[in-house]
Amino acid sequence: MEITRRRLLVLLPAAAVAWKYIQAGTPEASPNYKLSEHWWGMLIDIPKCIGCGSCVRACSAENDVPDGYFRTWIERYHVPDWAIECPEVESPNGGKDGFPPNQSTGKNFFVPKLCNHCADSPCTQVCPVGATFVSPDGVVLVDKNYCLGCRYCVQACPYGCRFINPKTNTAEKCTLCYHRITKGLTTACAEVCPTGARQLADLKNPSDPIHEFLKTHSVQVLKPHMATGAKVFYNGMDGSVR
Amino acid sequence: MFKDTEHLIRLAAVLILAVVAFVALRAAVVPKSFGQYGHYRANAIGEIAARPVAHAGHEVCEGCHTDVVDQKKLGRHIVVPCEACHGAQAKHTDDPATIKPPKLDTAVVCSRCHEANSAKPKAFPQVVTADHAQGLACDTCHQPHRPKIEENKTEEAAASKPAVKSATGGKK
Repeated sequence: MEITRRRLLVLLPAAAVAWKYIQAGTPEASPNYKLSEHWWGMLIDIPKCIGCGSCVRACSAENDVPDGYFRTWIERYHVPDWAIECPEVESPNGGKDGFPPNQSTGKNFFVPKLCNHCADSPCTQVCPVGATFVSPDGVVLVDKNYCLGCRYCVQACPYGCRFINPKTNTAEKCTLCYHRITKGLTTACAEVCPTGARQLADLKNPSDPIHEFLKTHSVQVLKPHMATGAKVFYNGMDGSVR
Repeated sequence: MFKDTEHLIRLAAVLILAVVAFVALRAAVVPKSFGQYGHYRANAIGEIAARPVAHAGHEVCEGCHTDVVDQKKLGRHIVVPCEACHGAQAKHTDDPATIKPPKLDTAVVCSRCHEANSAKPKAFPQVVTADHAQGLACDTCHQPHRPKIEENKTEEAAASKPAVKSATGGKK
């Protein structure tokens, strides 16, 4: 086809429109991701956790978490003797800078905490404006353009996983690094964990090693009596963990 | 049959107008994707997923830094992902020529994991750095990517090894 002046004039606007569509399409970096094919959770292997705080630092860097607030944090438990109902729990700066030396008596261990991405989450049920929800792939998310900052969800979460971001005045929480897992990456916390104590789990993927692990280990979720359908599984968890 | 119905017609007109106004206003105000999956804005999912990544992931690092991977393979730090110590490096992997990761202070980085603490698993290698290193930086003796000190390659380091005072060498 010979390109005459007339044809060029017709082609140029068409090309411009097409280019605009191509450009608008690029930020969507997960075109092959299908919501219905995933059901996300996490596995935490407590005996492997060394309390180094790498996960907390990585989470802050990955998600711009304001100082003094945490989407994930590490707790250090000290159970003096038989009284597992009364553990001493501390989490200085969320464990971001590690932990000071502690008692060598009794039972001591670290427990990393994060949003449990409950299937029947109490936090999403109380939202008056539909700003927080369980996504079709099982991640509890906050629509910050819709959130009023009313704090109902902060109170409703039995695990204390939500806070109000002081800059945006909207509710904020762990997104299970949704921007990473939809691109085929693991979460920032699991990516940097030096001992493999944290592992992202896709419960709908039959080839995910989580299934073999769940079959062969005694795992628990936090506060099972609350029937939240928590999907963060803890291996080797002591009865004192709250 | 219907006598004096004018006031009813007026009332009906007002009611219909109100319903139309409500429907029109609702259609204008509620985003199209609201209710697609549930009582929320489905487009929020895509917006949250569009956030840029800060940690590149160790597979990306290993694509270029093969020499480091070869070193790590010889020791136990092969399981430690790059960004556990080096921090978020997606900016560096996007533009390796201009954005360089800062040099690490081993005295800080190593002790994050290896400082003795009774809550750490017993099998995990731990030291009381004040006793063990006595002020020396860890990389005076240890190569961070392959931390175990082997006789043949560390004569130089062994010469500068501090005289360890405590009975355990600070090790737990």
